[in-house]
Amino acid sequence: MTPILSVRDLSIDYRTRRGPVHAVRDVSFDMEKGETVAIIGESGSGKTTLAISLIRLSPRSARITKGQILFTGDSGTVDIRTLPEDELRQFRWSECAMVFQAALNSFNPVINIWEQFGDTARAHGLKDSKAVHARAEELLDLVRLDPRRVLRSYPHELSGGTKQRVLIALSLLLKPQLIILDEPTTALDILTQRSIIDLLGQLKKTLGFSMIFISHDLSIAAELADRMITMYAGTVVERASVTDLFYRPRHPYSVGLLRAVPRVSGAMGAVASIPGSPPDLIRLPPGCTYVPRCPLAIAACSDREPDLVPVDTPHHDARCIRWKVVAEQVGTAEVAVAEKIATA
Amino acid sequence: MSVVDSTVQGRALIELDQVSRTFKVPGGTITAVDGVSLAIGAGEAICIVGESGCGKTTTGRMLAGILRPTSGRLLYEGQDVWRKKGHDLSVFRRAVQLVHQDPYASLNPTRTVFQTLSAPIFRHKQARGVRDATNRVRHLLEVVGLTPPDDFLVKYPHQLSGGQRQRVAIARALTVDPRVIVADEAVSMVDVSIRISLLNLLLGLRTEMGVSIVLITHDLAVARYFGRDGRIGVMYLGRMVELARSETLVSDPAHPYSAALIAAIPEADPRITRSKDRVELRTAEVPSLLALPPGCTFHPRCPLAEVGLCDVKIPQLLSLPDETPREVACHVAIRERQPAAELLA
Repeated sequence: MTPILSVRDLSIDYRTRRGPVHAVRDVSFDMEKGETVAIIGESGSGKTTLAISLIRLSPRSARITKGQILFTGDSGTVDIRTLPEDELRQFRWSECAMVFQAALNSFNPVINIWEQFGDTARAHGLKDSKAVHARAEELLDLVRLDPRRVLRSYPHELSGGTKQRVLIALSLLLKPQLIILDEPTTALDILTQRSIIDLLGQLKKTLGFSMIFISHDLSIAAELADRMITMYAGTVVERASVTDLFYRPRHPYSVGLLRAVPRVSGAMGAVASIPGSPPDLIRLPPGCTYVPRCPLAIAACSDREPDLVPVDTPHHDARCIRWKVVAEQVGTAEVAVAEKIATA
Repeated sequence: MSVVDSTVQGRALIELDQVSRTFKVPGGTITAVDGVSLAIGAGEAICIVGESGCGKTTTGRMLAGILRPTSGRLLYEGQDVWRKKGHDLSVFRRAVQLVHQDPYASLNPTRTVFQTLSAPIFRHKQARGVRDATNRVRHLLEVVGLTPPDDFLVKYPHQLSGGQRQRVAIARALTVDPRVIVADEAVSMVDVSIRISLLNLLLGLRTEMGVSIVLITHDLAVARYFGRDGRIGVMYLGRMVELARSETLVSDPAHPYSAALIAAIPEADPRITRSKDRVELRTAEVPSLLALPPGCTFHPRCPLAEVGLCDVKIPQLLSLPDETPREVACHVAIRERQPAAELLA
C-alpha cells in the first residue's frame, strides 16, 4: 500500500543574522493510512518546524532547502513542497488539518465559535450555511460538547479543555485524512488531559484518520502512538514501533528521554536528566550531534554523522554506531528502560 | 487539626493554621483557599498538588508570606508572622523564599547574572565589598550547578537556557540563606529532559543545607519523585483533601479525587498506561469557584458520594486509621475506615 505520507530527505533552514539555522536536516519517514505517529524530542529538536512544514505553514524566515513531502490522497500523490498556492489552500483542512495547543491563541478572539466554523467553511468554498451549521453541531456532539451552548460562546468563555475539544472538532470540519496535533494536551489539567487523550483515541477508531502528534510528553505517545520518531538537533535519530521504542530503544538519546520521565505507577526506576543541552543548530558539532551528551560516545562517533541504519528488530532504525551496546544495556524484555537500568 | 509528620523532629518550622483567602472577582467573591492547615518541619520536602483553580499557588504565596490570609494564621517558629514587625519581620522575609514558575519572567532581562545575584547580598549586607560579593556569587553558582561560575557571571538571561535561568532563580533565593523555599511549578516550564536535575538540585539543598522545600506542582509524577521521603498534599477547589506520605498516596490514595487523578495520569510505558484501571467520575464538569456545591465540593463528581451526607456536610481532614499516618477529608473513607482506592476497586 502507498503510504499516506512520505517525507523524503527534508531539510529546512531558518534565516537569522548569525547565519542559517539548520532546524530540520534530512528527515525521512513514511506513514501508513490510519497510523498514529508520535514525534518526540526536546525543544529545539526541530519537531514543530517539521510538523508545520508538512502543511507549509512555516514562518517566512524558514526555507525548505531540500526534499519532498509526498501526500497520497484519494486523488493521487502530490508533493506538498511544490504545490501551487490555490491547491495548497484546498489541501489544508480538506486533506490535512493541524491542531495547535489550545493554550496558544488559535481562535479569533472577537468572533464566537459558530463564526469560527463559518469562517473556515467559507474559506474552503462551503457556502451552504445550514449544512455547515449541521456539520458543526454533529462535530461538537462527537467531541462531547453541547453544541447549543458552545456555538454561541466566545473563545474566552471556554475552559482550556473545551477549547481544545472545539479545535479538534474544527479540524474535522472538512473530513481530513491526516491530522497533525502540536502538543495537544500540554497546559491542560490531568483529568482534562485524560479526557482529550481518550477522545482522540475514540475519534481515530470511529473516523479512521491518520494522526501525527508532536509532544515532549512521552506518556501521551505511550498512550496513542503506533510508531515513534525521535528527533535530535533537527534530524531523526530513531524510528520504531511504540513498543520497540519504549522497551527496545537503540539510540542513547531515546534512552535518555525515557529515563528522564518519573512515573506514578510501578517502580520509580533510575530516573535521571540528560546532562548538557542541545547543540547550536548554526554550528553543529562534527560527527554525531549527540556526542557531547552521550554516555556511550567513543572517538569514532565524532568522525562523521552516522547514518540511520536498521537495527535488530524489524522496521526499526537508529542513527548510532553503538546501537548494539545500547541493546546490551537495555535488553529485550518488556520492562521499562528506567527500571531495567535501576536493577542492572 | 495539623499533624506534623512523624519524621519531623520537634515542632513545625513553618505552619499554616486554618488559613482562608478570598478574592473579589467580577461576579462576586471567591474563596481560593478554605481552611487549610499545614505544618512543615525543618528540612522537610513536601509537595502540594492539584489542578488549576485548586488554590495551590495561593497557598504557596501565603506560606511565603507575600499574601495575607483573609483568616487564619501563618506561624514561623511558632509566632504569628502577620503580627511581626521590624527586625523580626525581616528575619522571616529572609528565611522564606519563593521561586516562581516562569524563569523567563522572574529574572530582570537587563541585569547580568552577577547583578541579579549580588543585589540581595548587598541589600542584606552579607558581603564586604565587591570582591567578597563576587566570591559569594561564585560559590552560589557552583551550588546550583552553573559551572565554571566565571562563564555565567556576565551572562544576561537571554543568553541562558530555561533550565539555567531556573538555576539562577534558585541561586537568587539562596543568597539570603533561607530556611524554607517555596517553589511554585518550578520545573513545569523547563524541558522534560532536565526536570529531574532541577528537582535533584532542590532535594540537595534540603539534605545538604537543611532547607525545607515546598514544591507546588500539578504533576503527580514529579511530586512522587520529589517527595519520596516526604509528604504530598492534594488540594481540590480550595481545600486540602488528602495529606499522606508520598508512596502511600500514589499507591493507595485515600480520597476519591486523588484516586481519580492517579488513575487518569498517562504513564511513559505503553503496556502499563494502556491497561490502567480508570476511575469514572460522575461528571467532567468542574464547579465554578463562584458557585461551589454544598457539603463536600467533590460530591457532584464523586463515584462514592452519598446523598444526605456528602452533599450536606463539609468533610474535615481526619486521620485514617492505618499503618501509615495519613489524613483524608472524605466522609465515606473515614466511615468505612478504608482508602477510596480500595472502595473503588
